[in-house]
Amino acid sequence: MPWQPPPEDPALRSDRFAIRLRGLEKAFNGHPVLRGTDLDIERGKINTIIGGSGQGKSVLVKHVIGLLKPDRGHVFVDGVDIPSLAEYDLNQIRRKFGMLFQYAALFDSLTVAENIEFPLVEHSSLDRAERARLVREGLASLGLPESLLEKYPAELSGGQRKRVGLARALVLKPEILLYDEPTTGLDPIATQNVDDMIRDISQQTRVTSVVISHDMASTFRIGDRISMLHEGQIIESGSPDEIRCSRDPVLRRFIETSGAVQLEPL
Amino acid sequence: MTEADSLLERLARVADLLWRPLWGGLDLAGRHLILFGQVLFWAVRRPFRGRVYLEAMQFIGVDSLPIIALVSLFVGMVFSLQSVHAFRQFGAEAYISSTVAIALTRELAPVFSSIVIAARAGAGMATELGSMRITEQIDALATLAVNPVHYLIVPRVLGAIVMVPLLTMVFMLIGMVGAYFVAVTLHGIDHGIFLENVRWFLDRNDICQGLAKATVFGGALSLIACFQGFYASGGAKGVGVATTRAVVGSFVTILVLDYFLTDIWLSVFTKPRM
Repeated sequence: MPWQPPPEDPALRSDRFAIRLRGLEKAFNGHPVLRGTDLDIERGKINTIIGGSGQGKSVLVKHVIGLLKPDRGHVFVDGVDIPSLAEYDLNQIRRKFGMLFQYAALFDSLTVAENIEFPLVEHSSLDRAERARLVREGLASLGLPESLLEKYPAELSGGQRKRVGLARALVLKPEILLYDEPTTGLDPIATQNVDDMIRDISQQTRVTSVVISHDMASTFRIGDRISMLHEGQIIESGSPDEIRCSRDPVLRRFIETSGAVQLEPL
Repeated sequence: MTEADSLLERLARVADLLWRPLWGGLDLAGRHLILFGQVLFWAVRRPFRGRVYLEAMQFIGVDSLPIIALVSLFVGMVFSLQSVHAFRQFGAEAYISSTVAIALTRELAPVFSSIVIAARAGAGMATELGSMRITEQIDALATLAVNPVHYLIVPRVLGAIVMVPLLTMVFMLIGMVGAYFVAVTLHGIDHGIFLENVRWFLDRNDICQGLAKATVFGGALSLIACFQGFYASGGAKGVGVATTRAVVGSFVTILVLDYFLTDIWLSVFTKPRM
Protein backbone atom coordinates (compact mmCIF):
# COMPACT_ATOMS: atom_id res chain seq x y z
CA MET A 1 0.00 0.00 0.00
CA PRO A 2 1.49 3.41 -0.90
CA TRP A 3 2.40 5.66 1.99
CA GLN A 4 -0.39 8.02 3.07
CA PRO A 5 0.84 11.29 4.53
CA PRO A 6 -0.21 11.88 8.15
CA PRO A 7 -3.14 14.28 8.64
CA GLU A 8 -2.28 17.97 8.64
CA ASP A 9 -3.67 20.50 11.05
CA PRO A 10 -5.14 23.18 8.70
CA ALA A 11 -4.86 25.81 11.42
CA LEU A 12 -1.09 25.29 11.56
CA ARG A 13 -0.46 24.66 7.85
CA SER A 14 0.97 27.89 6.56
CA ASP A 15 2.37 29.04 3.23
CA ARG A 16 4.63 31.46 5.03
CA PHE A 17 5.97 29.16 7.74
CA ALA A 18 7.40 25.69 7.08
CA ILE A 19 7.91 24.82 10.77
CA ARG A 20 5.99 26.01 13.80
CA LEU A 21 6.93 25.16 17.37
CA ARG A 22 4.25 25.60 20.00
CA GLY A 23 4.78 25.40 23.78
CA LEU A 24 7.77 23.09 23.49
CA GLU A 25 9.01 21.80 26.84
CA LYS A 26 11.92 19.47 27.47
CA ALA A 27 13.81 18.61 30.63
CA PHE A 28 16.82 16.32 31.16
CA ASN A 29 17.14 14.66 34.59
CA GLY A 30 14.67 17.17 36.00
CA HIS A 31 16.61 20.13 34.59
CA PRO A 32 14.37 22.10 32.19
CA VAL A 33 16.04 23.11 28.92
CA LEU A 34 13.09 24.21 26.80
CA ARG A 35 10.33 26.02 28.72
CA GLY A 36 7.40 26.53 26.44
CA THR A 37 9.31 27.54 23.31
CA ASP A 38 7.24 29.09 20.48
CA LEU A 39 8.93 29.68 17.13
CA ASP A 40 7.96 30.06 13.47
CA ILE A 41 10.43 29.15 10.73
CA GLU A 42 9.88 31.10 7.53
CA ARG A 43 9.69 29.11 4.32
CA GLY A 44 12.49 29.61 1.79
CA LYS A 45 14.46 31.90 4.12
CA ILE A 46 17.58 31.54 6.28
CA ASN A 47 16.27 31.41 9.85
CA THR A 48 19.04 31.79 12.41
CA ILE A 49 18.64 30.81 16.04
CA ILE A 50 21.17 32.40 18.37
CA GLY A 51 21.78 31.95 22.06
CA GLY A 52 24.48 31.22 24.59
CA SER A 53 26.02 27.83 25.24
CA GLY A 54 23.71 25.41 27.05
CA GLN A 55 20.58 27.41 26.20
CA GLY A 56 19.07 24.50 24.26
CA LYS A 57 19.69 25.47 20.63
CA SER A 58 20.81 21.99 19.57
CA VAL A 59 18.02 20.43 21.66
CA LEU A 60 15.57 22.66 19.81
CA VAL A 61 16.81 21.63 16.37
CA LYS A 62 16.80 17.94 17.37
CA HIS A 63 13.10 18.30 18.19
CA VAL A 64 12.47 19.76 14.74
CA ILE A 65 13.75 16.63 13.02
CA GLY A 66 12.29 14.22 15.58
CA LEU A 67 15.56 13.08 17.18
CA LEU A 68 14.10 14.10 20.54
CA LYS A 69 10.50 13.96 21.72
CA PRO A 70 9.25 16.90 23.79
CA ASP A 71 7.83 16.41 27.28
CA ARG A 72 5.04 18.76 26.18
CA GLY A 73 4.25 20.88 23.15
CA HIS A 74 4.11 20.51 19.39
CA VAL A 75 6.42 20.65 16.39
CA PHE A 76 4.45 21.22 13.20
CA VAL A 77 6.22 20.62 9.90
CA ASP A 78 3.94 21.69 7.06
CA GLY A 79 1.06 21.34 9.52
CA VAL A 80 1.97 17.78 10.63
CA ASP A 81 2.69 17.32 14.35
CA ILE A 82 6.05 15.47 14.42
CA PRO A 83 6.16 14.17 18.02
CA SER A 84 2.90 12.27 17.60
CA LEU A 85 4.12 10.31 14.56
CA ALA A 86 5.11 6.65 14.53
CA GLU A 87 8.63 5.92 13.27
CA TYR A 88 7.53 5.00 9.74
CA ASP A 89 5.60 8.25 9.24
CA LEU A 90 8.37 10.23 10.91
CA ASN A 91 10.91 8.79 8.46
CA GLN A 92 8.73 9.88 5.53
CA ILE A 93 8.68 13.43 6.93
CA ARG A 94 12.44 13.29 7.59
CA ARG A 95 13.03 12.89 3.87
CA LYS A 96 12.03 16.56 3.56
CA PHE A 97 15.04 17.42 5.72
CA GLY A 98 18.78 17.59 5.33
CA MET A 99 20.95 18.22 8.35
CA LEU A 100 24.53 19.42 8.71
CA PHE A 101 25.88 18.51 12.13
CA GLN A 102 28.35 20.56 14.16
CA TYR A 103 31.28 18.30 13.19
CA ALA A 104 29.59 17.03 10.00
CA ALA A 105 28.92 13.52 11.49
CA LEU A 106 30.27 11.78 8.38
CA PHE A 107 30.29 7.98 8.63
CA ASP A 108 33.96 7.34 9.20
CA SER A 109 33.88 3.76 7.95
CA LEU A 110 32.72 5.00 4.53
CA THR A 111 34.63 6.99 1.90
CA VAL A 112 33.56 10.50 0.88
CA ALA A 113 31.81 9.06 -2.19
CA GLU A 114 29.97 6.44 -0.10
CA ASN A 115 28.94 9.09 2.43
CA ILE A 116 27.38 11.31 -0.21
CA GLU A 117 25.84 8.31 -1.96
CA PHE A 118 24.36 6.90 1.26
CA PRO A 119 20.93 8.65 1.11
CA LEU A 120 20.61 7.68 -2.57
CA VAL A 121 21.36 4.01 -1.82
CA GLU A 122 18.79 4.02 0.98
CA HIS A 123 16.01 6.05 -0.59
CA SER A 124 16.25 5.96 -4.36
CA SER A 125 16.11 3.32 -7.05
CA LEU A 126 18.85 4.94 -9.15
CA ASP A 127 21.49 2.67 -10.64
CA ARG A 128 25.13 2.85 -9.64
CA ALA A 129 26.21 5.02 -12.60
CA GLU A 130 23.46 7.57 -11.96
CA ARG A 131 24.31 7.68 -8.26
CA ALA A 132 28.00 8.20 -9.06
CA ARG A 133 27.08 11.08 -11.39
CA LEU A 134 25.00 12.77 -8.66
CA VAL A 135 27.81 12.30 -6.14
CA ARG A 136 30.33 13.95 -8.49
CA GLU A 137 27.89 16.78 -9.21
CA GLY A 138 27.25 17.30 -5.49
CA LEU A 139 30.94 17.45 -4.75
CA ALA A 140 31.65 19.85 -7.63
CA SER A 141 28.77 22.17 -6.68
CA LEU A 142 30.39 22.71 -3.29
CA GLY A 143 33.80 23.38 -4.80
CA LEU A 144 35.46 20.13 -3.77
CA PRO A 145 37.86 18.26 -6.08
CA GLU A 146 37.04 14.74 -7.31
CA SER A 147 40.29 13.52 -5.79
CA LEU A 148 38.50 13.53 -2.42
CA LEU A 149 35.99 10.88 -3.48
CA GLU A 150 37.99 7.88 -2.30
CA LYS A 151 39.31 9.51 0.85
CA TYR A 152 37.96 8.74 4.33
CA PRO A 153 36.57 11.49 6.60
CA ALA A 154 39.61 11.28 8.90
CA GLU A 155 41.77 12.44 5.97
CA LEU A 156 39.76 15.66 5.40
CA SER A 157 40.15 19.12 6.91
CA GLY A 158 37.35 20.58 9.06
CA GLY A 159 36.08 22.77 6.22
CA GLN A 160 36.15 19.89 3.71
CA ARG A 161 34.26 17.69 6.14
CA LYS A 162 31.52 20.32 6.48
CA ARG A 163 31.21 20.57 2.71
CA VAL A 164 31.00 16.81 2.31
CA GLY A 165 28.39 16.73 5.11
CA LEU A 166 26.44 19.37 3.25
CA ALA A 167 26.76 17.46 -0.03
CA ARG A 168 25.28 14.41 1.75
CA ALA A 169 22.47 16.52 3.20
CA LEU A 170 21.69 18.04 -0.21
CA VAL A 171 21.84 14.96 -2.40
CA LEU A 172 18.14 14.12 -1.97
CA LYS A 173 17.19 17.75 -2.64
CA PRO A 174 15.57 18.47 0.75
CA GLU A 175 12.96 21.18 1.33
CA ILE A 176 14.39 22.10 4.73
CA LEU A 177 18.06 22.28 5.74
CA LEU A 178 19.13 22.30 9.36
CA TYR A 179 22.61 23.53 10.26
CA ASP A 180 23.83 22.86 13.80
CA GLU A 181 26.57 25.43 14.46
CA PRO A 182 28.09 25.06 10.98
CA THR A 183 31.06 27.36 11.58
CA THR A 184 32.21 25.95 14.92
CA GLY A 185 35.89 25.05 14.87
CA LEU A 186 36.62 26.80 11.56
CA ASP A 187 39.10 29.59 10.92
CA PRO A 188 37.73 33.01 9.75
CA ILE A 189 38.25 32.27 6.05
CA ALA A 190 36.65 28.82 6.26
CA THR A 191 33.81 30.42 8.27
CA GLN A 192 33.22 32.96 5.52
CA ASN A 193 33.28 30.16 2.92
CA VAL A 194 30.67 28.18 4.84
CA ASP A 195 28.53 31.33 5.18
CA ASP A 196 28.75 31.93 1.43
CA MET A 197 27.87 28.31 0.81
CA ILE A 198 24.74 28.53 3.01
CA ARG A 199 23.71 31.78 1.30
CA ASP A 200 24.32 30.34 -2.21
CA ILE A 201 22.37 27.17 -1.51
CA SER A 202 19.48 29.17 -0.09
CA GLN A 203 19.38 31.48 -3.12
CA GLN A 204 19.77 28.71 -5.71
CA THR A 205 17.35 26.16 -4.27
CA ARG A 206 14.94 28.35 -2.22
CA VAL A 207 15.34 25.75 0.52
CA THR A 208 14.15 26.65 4.04
CA SER A 209 17.26 26.93 6.22
CA VAL A 210 17.50 26.78 10.00
CA VAL A 211 20.94 27.76 11.27
CA ILE A 212 21.93 27.33 14.90
CA SER A 213 24.78 29.65 15.74
CA HIS A 214 26.49 31.71 18.37
CA ASP A 215 28.71 33.40 15.81
CA MET A 216 27.20 36.89 15.57
CA ALA A 217 29.13 38.01 12.46
CA SER A 218 27.92 34.93 10.61
CA THR A 219 24.39 35.31 11.85
CA PHE A 220 24.03 38.89 10.63
CA ARG A 221 25.82 38.07 7.37
CA ILE A 222 23.47 35.30 6.30
CA GLY A 223 20.30 35.46 8.41
CA ASP A 224 17.00 36.60 6.88
CA ARG A 225 15.36 36.13 10.24
CA ILE A 226 17.06 35.92 13.62
CA SER A 227 15.58 34.46 16.83
CA MET A 228 17.20 34.53 20.23
CA LEU A 229 16.78 31.56 22.56
CA HIS A 230 17.36 32.35 26.20
CA GLU A 231 16.52 30.16 29.21
CA GLY A 232 14.43 27.87 27.07
CA GLN A 233 12.30 30.55 25.43
CA ILE A 234 12.47 32.65 22.29
CA ILE A 235 12.84 36.16 23.68
CA GLU A 236 13.10 38.03 20.37
CA SER A 237 12.55 37.24 16.71
CA GLY A 238 12.82 39.40 13.60
CA SER A 239 14.86 40.53 10.61
CA PRO A 240 18.52 41.53 11.19
CA ASP A 241 17.49 45.21 11.11
CA GLU A 242 14.73 44.62 13.66
CA ILE A 243 17.16 42.74 15.88
CA ARG A 244 19.67 45.62 15.64
CA CYS A 245 16.98 47.95 17.02
CA SER A 246 15.82 45.54 19.76
CA ARG A 247 15.36 46.94 23.24
CA ASP A 248 15.68 43.55 24.97
CA PRO A 249 18.59 43.90 27.42
CA VAL A 250 19.58 40.21 27.30
CA LEU A 251 19.68 40.20 23.50
CA ARG A 252 21.61 43.48 23.35
CA ARG A 253 24.17 42.29 25.90
CA PHE A 254 24.61 38.99 24.02
CA ILE A 255 25.22 40.70 20.68
CA GLU A 256 27.30 43.59 22.03
CA THR A 257 29.58 41.24 23.96
CA SER A 258 30.49 39.46 20.72
CA GLY A 259 31.89 42.76 19.40
CA ALA A 260 31.15 41.66 15.84
CA VAL A 261 27.92 43.60 15.26
CA GLN A 262 27.01 47.22 15.96
CA LEU A 263 23.51 47.70 17.44
CA GLU A 264 21.37 50.81 16.97
CA PRO A 265 21.63 53.02 20.07
CA LEU A 266 18.53 53.05 22.30
CA MET B 1 11.78 9.74 68.22
CA THR B 2 10.87 6.43 69.81
CA GLU B 3 13.10 3.37 69.66
CA ALA B 4 10.58 1.64 67.34
CA ASP B 5 10.69 4.58 64.91
CA SER B 6 14.48 4.53 64.86
CA LEU B 7 14.47 0.78 64.19
CA LEU B 8 11.95 1.21 61.37
CA GLU B 9 14.05 3.96 59.85
CA ARG B 10 17.15 1.78 59.94
CA LEU B 11 15.25 -1.11 58.37
CA ALA B 12 14.00 1.18 55.62
CA ARG B 13 17.56 2.33 54.94
CA VAL B 14 18.81 -1.27 54.72
CA ALA B 15 15.90 -2.21 52.42
CA ASP B 16 16.73 0.78 50.23
CA LEU B 17 20.41 -0.21 50.08
CA LEU B 18 19.46 -3.74 49.04
CA TRP B 19 16.76 -2.64 46.61
CA ARG B 20 18.84 -0.11 44.67
CA PRO B 21 21.34 -2.51 43.06
CA LEU B 22 18.56 -5.01 42.46
CA TRP B 23 16.47 -2.33 40.75
CA GLY B 24 19.51 -1.19 38.74
CA GLY B 25 20.15 -4.76 37.60
CA LEU B 26 16.51 -5.29 36.64
CA ASP B 27 16.45 -1.98 34.79
CA LEU B 28 19.60 -2.89 32.83
CA ALA B 29 18.28 -6.36 31.98
CA GLY B 30 14.96 -4.84 30.90
CA ARG B 31 16.67 -2.32 28.62
CA HIS B 32 18.71 -5.12 27.03
CA LEU B 33 15.51 -7.08 26.45
CA ILE B 34 13.84 -4.04 24.86
CA LEU B 35 16.82 -3.68 22.52
CA PHE B 36 16.63 -7.40 21.73
CA GLY B 37 12.93 -6.97 20.94
CA GLN B 38 13.83 -4.12 18.55
CA VAL B 39 16.47 -6.34 16.93
CA LEU B 40 13.86 -9.07 16.35
CA PHE B 41 11.37 -6.49 15.04
CA TRP B 42 13.83 -4.99 12.54
CA ALA B 43 15.51 -8.27 11.58
CA VAL B 44 12.52 -9.23 9.45
CA ARG B 45 12.06 -5.85 7.82
CA ARG B 46 13.32 -4.52 4.52
CA PRO B 47 15.69 -3.39 3.20
CA PHE B 48 18.07 -6.33 3.64
CA ARG B 49 21.53 -4.77 3.42
CA GLY B 50 23.64 -7.73 2.33
CA ARG B 51 26.91 -5.82 2.33
CA VAL B 52 26.44 -4.61 5.91
CA TYR B 53 25.68 -8.17 7.07
CA LEU B 54 28.76 -9.53 5.29
CA GLU B 55 30.96 -6.82 6.79
CA ALA B 56 29.67 -7.63 10.29
CA MET B 57 30.21 -11.36 9.74
CA GLN B 58 33.70 -10.75 8.45
CA PHE B 59 34.61 -8.55 11.42
CA ILE B 60 33.15 -10.93 14.00
CA GLY B 61 33.99 -14.22 12.31
CA VAL B 62 36.66 -14.23 9.64
CA ASP B 63 38.87 -11.65 11.34
CA SER B 64 38.67 -13.61 14.63
CA LEU B 65 39.86 -16.81 12.98
CA PRO B 66 43.63 -16.44 13.64
CA ILE B 67 43.19 -15.69 17.35
CA ILE B 68 40.61 -18.48 17.71
CA ALA B 69 43.01 -20.91 16.00
CA LEU B 70 45.85 -19.93 18.32
CA VAL B 71 43.79 -20.04 21.52
CA SER B 72 42.08 -23.32 20.63
CA LEU B 73 45.39 -25.01 19.76
CA PHE B 74 46.90 -24.14 23.12
CA VAL B 75 43.72 -24.85 25.11
CA GLY B 76 43.60 -28.33 23.52
CA MET B 77 47.32 -28.84 24.15
CA VAL B 78 47.33 -27.75 27.78
CA PHE B 79 44.16 -29.68 28.63
CA SER B 80 45.66 -32.76 27.01
CA LEU B 81 48.93 -32.27 28.91
CA GLN B 82 47.14 -32.00 32.27
CA SER B 83 45.01 -35.03 31.42
CA VAL B 84 48.06 -37.13 30.48
CA HIS B 85 49.70 -36.35 33.81
CA ALA B 86 46.53 -36.88 35.85
CA PHE B 87 45.26 -40.01 34.09
CA ARG B 88 48.67 -41.69 34.14
CA GLN B 89 48.49 -41.82 37.92
CA PHE B 90 45.53 -44.17 37.60
CA GLY B 91 46.70 -45.96 34.47
CA ALA B 92 43.71 -44.56 32.63
CA GLU B 93 45.51 -42.98 29.65
CA ALA B 94 42.94 -44.51 27.32
CA TYR B 95 40.34 -42.03 28.51
CA ILE B 96 42.40 -38.90 27.85
CA SER B 97 41.00 -38.31 24.37
CA SER B 98 37.37 -38.80 25.35
CA THR B 99 37.73 -36.50 28.36
CA VAL B 100 39.37 -33.79 26.29
CA ALA B 101 36.83 -34.21 23.48
CA ILE B 102 33.81 -33.98 25.75
CA ALA B 103 35.21 -31.03 27.71
CA LEU B 104 36.12 -29.22 24.51
CA THR B 105 32.83 -29.70 22.71
CA ARG B 106 30.51 -29.10 25.64
CA GLU B 107 32.32 -26.34 27.52
CA LEU B 108 35.74 -25.17 26.50
CA ALA B 109 35.05 -24.44 22.84
CA PRO B 110 31.82 -22.43 23.26
CA VAL B 111 32.98 -20.57 26.38
CA PHE B 112 36.53 -19.78 25.22
CA SER B 113 35.42 -18.86 21.68
CA SER B 114 32.75 -16.53 23.05
CA ILE B 115 35.15 -14.93 25.51
CA VAL B 116 37.77 -14.40 22.81
CA ILE B 117 35.16 -12.92 20.45
CA ALA B 118 33.73 -10.73 23.24
CA ALA B 119 37.22 -9.40 23.94
CA ARG B 120 38.06 -8.82 20.28
CA ALA B 121 34.89 -8.18 18.31
CA GLY B 122 32.62 -7.19 21.24
CA ALA B 123 35.07 -4.54 22.41
CA GLY B 124 35.45 -3.38 18.80
CA MET B 125 31.70 -3.10 18.30
CA ALA B 126 31.18 -1.19 21.57
CA THR B 127 33.98 1.23 20.71
CA GLU B 128 32.79 1.76 17.14
CA LEU B 129 29.16 2.36 18.10
CA GLY B 130 30.20 4.47 21.10
CA SER B 131 32.32 6.74 18.96
CA MET B 132 29.52 6.90 16.38
CA ARG B 133 27.19 8.00 19.18
CA ILE B 134 29.41 10.76 20.53
CA THR B 135 30.27 12.09 17.06
CA GLU B 136 26.53 12.20 16.20
CA GLN B 137 26.85 9.62 13.41
CA ILE B 138 23.95 7.66 14.93
CA ASP B 139 21.83 10.83 14.96
CA ALA B 140 22.91 11.45 11.37
CA LEU B 141 21.61 8.00 10.39
CA ALA B 142 18.25 8.80 11.97
CA THR B 143 18.05 12.17 10.19
CA LEU B 144 18.67 10.32 6.91
CA ALA B 145 15.50 8.32 7.69
CA VAL B 146 17.42 5.12 8.43
CA ASN B 147 16.64 3.31 11.68
CA PRO B 148 19.98 2.99 13.56
CA VAL B 149 18.99 -0.30 15.23
CA HIS B 150 18.12 -1.76 11.82
CA TYR B 151 21.32 -0.53 10.20
CA LEU B 152 23.86 -0.91 12.98
CA ILE B 153 22.71 -3.47 15.53
CA VAL B 154 20.70 -6.10 13.63
CA PRO B 155 23.62 -7.10 11.33
CA ARG B 156 26.03 -7.31 14.27
CA VAL B 157 23.75 -9.41 16.48
CA LEU B 158 22.71 -11.75 13.66
CA GLY B 159 26.30 -11.87 12.43
CA ALA B 160 27.47 -13.00 15.87
CA ILE B 161 24.65 -15.55 16.18
CA VAL B 162 25.87 -17.12 12.92
CA MET B 163 29.63 -16.73 13.34
CA VAL B 164 30.19 -17.69 17.00
CA PRO B 165 28.94 -21.29 16.49
CA LEU B 166 31.08 -21.56 13.33
CA LEU B 167 34.14 -20.39 15.22
CA THR B 168 33.24 -22.78 18.02
CA MET B 169 33.38 -25.65 15.51
CA VAL B 170 36.81 -24.45 14.40
CA PHE B 171 37.82 -24.28 18.07
CA MET B 172 36.66 -27.87 18.65
CA LEU B 173 38.58 -29.14 15.64
CA ILE B 174 41.87 -27.30 16.26
CA GLY B 175 41.62 -27.99 20.00
CA MET B 176 41.45 -31.73 19.25
CA VAL B 177 44.42 -31.44 16.90
CA GLY B 178 46.41 -29.79 19.72
CA ALA B 179 45.30 -32.46 22.18
CA TYR B 180 46.27 -35.21 19.73
CA PHE B 181 49.69 -33.67 19.18
CA VAL B 182 50.49 -33.54 22.92
CA ALA B 183 49.00 -36.91 23.84
CA VAL B 184 50.06 -39.02 20.84
CA THR B 185 53.14 -37.31 19.42
CA LEU B 186 54.73 -35.99 22.60
CA HIS B 187 53.57 -38.48 25.26
CA GLY B 188 53.26 -41.69 23.32
CA ILE B 189 49.54 -42.40 23.80
CA ASP B 190 48.41 -44.93 21.21
CA HIS B 191 47.04 -43.28 18.08
CA GLY B 192 44.29 -45.90 17.60
CA ILE B 193 43.08 -45.76 21.20
CA PHE B 194 43.04 -41.95 21.11
CA LEU B 195 40.84 -41.81 18.03
CA GLU B 196 38.65 -44.79 18.91
CA ASN B 197 37.77 -43.41 22.34
CA VAL B 198 36.80 -40.05 20.83
CA ARG B 199 34.55 -41.88 18.39
CA TRP B 200 33.10 -44.06 21.15
CA PHE B 201 32.40 -41.42 23.81
CA LEU B 202 31.68 -38.29 21.83
CA ASP B 203 28.24 -38.12 20.28
CA ARG B 204 26.16 -35.60 18.35
CA ASN B 205 24.47 -34.43 21.53
CA ASP B 206 27.79 -33.12 22.90
CA ILE B 207 28.50 -31.15 19.75
CA CYS B 208 24.94 -29.82 19.63
CA GLN B 209 25.22 -28.74 23.24
CA GLY B 210 28.38 -26.76 22.46
CA LEU B 211 26.90 -25.17 19.36
CA ALA B 212 23.61 -24.29 21.07
CA LYS B 213 25.53 -22.56 23.84
CA ALA B 214 27.70 -20.75 21.29
CA THR B 215 24.58 -19.46 19.52
CA VAL B 216 23.17 -18.04 22.76
CA PHE B 217 26.56 -16.63 23.80
CA GLY B 218 26.98 -15.01 20.37
CA GLY B 219 23.61 -13.30 20.68
CA ALA B 220 24.31 -12.21 24.26
CA LEU B 221 27.81 -10.85 23.73
CA SER B 222 26.86 -8.89 20.61
CA LEU B 223 23.72 -7.50 22.22
CA ILE B 224 25.66 -6.36 25.30
CA ALA B 225 28.42 -4.82 23.17
CA CYS B 226 25.93 -3.03 20.90
CA PHE B 227 23.85 -1.86 23.88
CA GLN B 228 26.86 -0.36 25.64
CA GLY B 229 28.15 1.34 22.49
CA PHE B 230 24.76 2.51 21.27
CA TYR B 231 23.89 4.22 24.56
CA ALA B 232 27.40 5.54 25.30
CA SER B 233 27.64 9.11 26.52
CA GLY B 234 30.22 11.45 27.98
CA GLY B 235 32.82 11.82 25.24
CA ALA B 236 35.98 9.74 24.87
CA LYS B 237 35.82 8.66 28.51
CA GLY B 238 32.26 7.45 27.97
CA VAL B 239 33.39 5.31 25.04
CA GLY B 240 36.10 3.77 27.23
CA VAL B 241 33.56 3.04 29.96
CA ALA B 242 31.18 1.50 27.40
CA THR B 243 33.93 -0.77 26.06
CA THR B 244 34.96 -1.90 29.53
CA ARG B 245 31.35 -2.58 30.48
CA ALA B 246 30.78 -4.46 27.24
CA VAL B 247 33.73 -6.79 27.82
CA VAL B 248 33.16 -7.34 31.55
CA GLY B 249 29.39 -7.69 31.09
CA SER B 250 29.87 -10.20 28.27
CA PHE B 251 32.35 -12.33 30.28
CA VAL B 252 30.08 -12.47 33.31
CA THR B 253 26.95 -13.10 31.23
CA ILE B 254 28.63 -15.91 29.25
CA LEU B 255 29.71 -17.70 32.43
CA VAL B 256 26.37 -17.25 34.19
CA LEU B 257 24.40 -18.32 31.11
CA ASP B 258 26.75 -21.29 30.72
CA TYR B 259 25.73 -22.71 34.07
CA PHE B 260 22.00 -22.41 33.41
CA LEU B 261 22.23 -23.64 29.81
CA THR B 262 24.26 -26.66 30.94
CA ASP B 263 21.71 -27.42 33.64
CA ILE B 264 18.82 -27.14 31.18
CA TRP B 265 20.60 -29.18 28.51
CA LEU B 266 21.60 -31.96 30.89
CA SER B 267 18.10 -32.27 32.30
CA VAL B 268 16.23 -31.97 29.00
CA PHE B 269 18.36 -33.36 26.17
CA THR B 270 20.86 -35.74 27.71
CA LYS B 271 19.96 -39.39 28.18
CA PRO B 272 22.04 -41.36 30.66
CA ARG B 273 24.91 -43.20 28.92
CA MET B 274 24.64 -46.96 29.00
